[in-house]
Amino acid sequence: MNVPFFPPEASSLAPETDHLYFFLLGLSLFVMVFVFVPLTFFLFKYRRGRRANRAALNLPTNRIEITWTVIPTLISLGIFGAGASVYFKEEVPPQHYLDVNVIGKQWMWKIQHQEGNSEINELHVPVNQAIKLTLGSEDVIHSFFIPAFRLKQDVVPGRFATEWFQPTRTGTYRFYCSEYCGMDHAKMEGFVYVMPAAEYKQWLEQAPPRNTLAQSGEKLYRILGCSGCHDGQTLVHAPPMEGLYGALVPLGDGTTVRADETYLRASILQPASHTVAGYQPVMPAYQGRVSEEQLMELIAYIKSVAHSEPLKKP
Amino acid sequence: MSDARQNYLSAGDTVKSWLLTTDHKRIGILFLLSILFFFSIAAAAAALMRLELLHPQGHLVVPDTYNKLFTIHGVLMVWFFLIPSIPSVLGNFLVPLMIGARDVAFPRLNLLSWYLFLTGGFFAFHAVILGGVDTGWTFYTPYSSAYSNSHVVEMALGIFIAGFGSILTGLNFIITIQTMRAPGLTWFRLPLFVWSMFATSIILVLATPVLAITLLLMGVERVWGIGLFNPKLGGDPVLFQHLFWFYSHPAVYIMILPGMGVVSEVITCFARKQIFGYKFVAFSSVAIAIIGFLVWGHHMFVSTQSLYAGLTFSLLSFLVAIPSAIKVFNWTATLYRGSISFEAPMLYIIGFIGLFVVGGLTGLFLATLAVDVHVHGTYFVVAHFHYIMVGGMVTAFMGGLHYWWPKMTGRLYPRRLAQVAAIILFIGFNLTFFPQFILGYLGMPRRVHDYAPEFQFYNVCSTCGAAILGLGYLLPLLYFVWSLRYGQKAADNPWQATGLEWKTTSPPPKHNFEVIPVVTEDPYNYPPLNDYGEHEHA
Repeated sequence: MNVPFFPPEASSLAPETDHLYFFLLGLSLFVMVFVFVPLTFFLFKYRRGRRANRAALNLPTNRIEITWTVIPTLISLGIFGAGASVYFKEEVPPQHYLDVNVIGKQWMWKIQHQEGNSEINELHVPVNQAIKLTLGSEDVIHSFFIPAFRLKQDVVPGRFATEWFQPTRTGTYRFYCSEYCGMDHAKMEGFVYVMPAAEYKQWLEQAPPRNTLAQSGEKLYRILGCSGCHDGQTLVHAPPMEGLYGALVPLGDGTTVRADETYLRASILQPASHTVAGYQPVMPAYQGRVSEEQLMELIAYIKSVAHSEPLKKP
Repeated sequence: MSDARQNYLSAGDTVKSWLLTTDHKRIGILFLLSILFFFSIAAAAAALMRLELLHPQGHLVVPDTYNKLFTIHGVLMVWFFLIPSIPSVLGNFLVPLMIGARDVAFPRLNLLSWYLFLTGGFFAFHAVILGGVDTGWTFYTPYSSAYSNSHVVEMALGIFIAGFGSILTGLNFIITIQTMRAPGLTWFRLPLFVWSMFATSIILVLATPVLAITLLLMGVERVWGIGLFNPKLGGDPVLFQHLFWFYSHPAVYIMILPGMGVVSEVITCFARKQIFGYKFVAFSSVAIAIIGFLVWGHHMFVSTQSLYAGLTFSLLSFLVAIPSAIKVFNWTATLYRGSISFEAPMLYIIGFIGLFVVGGLTGLFLATLAVDVHVHGTYFVVAHFHYIMVGGMVTAFMGGLHYWWPKMTGRLYPRRLAQVAAIILFIGFNLTFFPQFILGYLGMPRRVHDYAPEFQFYNVCSTCGAAILGLGYLLPLLYFVWSLRYGQKAADNPWQATGLEWKTTSPPPKHNFEVIPVVTEDPYNYPPLNDYGEHEHA
């Protein structure tokens, strides 16, 4: 019978989490010894009828109390700091990464690669390369959990969540939904395949998709009528998409925001609340008219033209 | 009433004399019987879950049933057993006795809180009979407010109504403790159980209304489609979590502080000693009640809450652990140079300390941000909170029942059998929940009816432990009932304990004290001990 004691350690940050875990285990053992040894000793030594010195005491109670208040407080602050620093690394992705989209819906995971490949309940990634996941939900809250990477992120409808990891060992690892999401929550699971870079490339090419994610996004951009206004050659006055992603955008209310995924998402779904300075709030809301998947495709398109020049007005 | 031997139990034996009683002791007994009913249902749900989990692809129940079982288990255990357990049963029975009062400040309000509890319980039970609820006890939106096809509103209504009972109980205790203490019973002469009930009552009064509001908003969205939490209606699902945990984290302390109060009473009695560091133990209860309101975000480290919110809540969560540690150190120090006897209540309380330390230390793992990211939503969390709520609170409740049973009923239970039951409970508990820590770190998510085959060994251990644990609960039930008829008559103070509740008869008369006692000494003022642990009588 297979009785594991410890999960595989397969990402760059997994060992850091495990170090914290082992440190906490050690500390727990220490505290247990500190409490249980005297406890057991007293229970034995001072059991009724056994001869022992029970003369009244005059201990410096306040000093003892302060000691066992201050020392645990200091230790706690230390653990807090250590835990926070690893958390910080988990929250902030490195500069260069591979973008992968994950969409949770009752009760499956759909994964989109930038090359256009998509898969269900499986995630293929190259080893030793940082991967950034952008996660969205079509319905309720899910949570994307890869134990081997010591990583978990709730996938909340109505917003994007991100997480990143860098696999360090090839192999197959399980992932789960770890936020209860309804009847088949237990079945909302799958496998991560960590492959050598060359094999990953092969995998991408073995069933080449017709369009990349950005190309699908561009199609949608036309079908949904976005291009009708946002393309430079139209007469409607709408901000161009070229060069938008990553730029600072002045809004009508005087504030400035960075055009990241969150901003693009909000501007597509609820444009009236994010009108760009100098434009009229004429764009219809797309809330409820595009799925999470389509939204991610549209954003992939907008990102793909981040370094293009807008077309000139006629 | 002229009969001097008339006690609160024999003073009227009609159904009406029970259902319309304003006697805090009778209301305590009514609560005891009612929560036992809900405990049995919730325990049966747990038993079915454990059976299902014997096999990785268990086919005992369909997924939908499993989801309803863990919801029923959670909802009933939290709101219809744990929260009223010590406060409404032992608190109701003991607080007036311990402070030398004839009843609580508002006896009729006290009866009303039982009726509110029953009404809430009726709706909850009815929701179960109609087919149950499948949202988990946390009712996360938008699943609960838009997607679930179960009896969410009725269950929430039950909790909503029962909550008002909690608020009234808390209010009653605060005012009773403030205004009705016997002459000479200053704040620092109060038994620590009363301090812990005071701290618990503050939480009951301040936190429960937030739960009511949260459930109401969820119901409003579900019934009328008014967008509050569902993003498709313009709401924010994470807002629900903030509101829910703003109540539910303090509620965790409703489910442990009273147990800590019981520990202080029992450990001093069976060590024959004054508590070590009285004021530190007393104020740590208050500190827990206050800091406990500021840590709710530690349930949400992976919820898309901001990085800096995560940092703040992690820091505060470490701080809330300190007062609990202080209590454990003081209890241990109390044993030093004591005279320890291992009667059943003491065995339960020693068990409590062991389990509570494990529960508390694993709480540090969960407060540590990066570790929580891994173990959040897994069996590690399940194990942790069962160590606190079952290992801690339920064990303390059992200890308290065994300690005060002679006072409540005037009868003694079989001594040896009770000691055996306490040990069975301890073993069964550890075998059930310790393997779940390992399962959690391995990555087994909670709330799943089937799981990866490599998790089976630990799940089988857990199910075996649950069977032993069940026996540990069943035995006391049997001998308690037996003792009511066949048990030896109890003396007024069978444990030779200090405290005003032992100065009256067993069971106490209807109005507790013939003459209101005057308090002239500190609590737990046990006489000095000789070298063999006997009290020296001057």
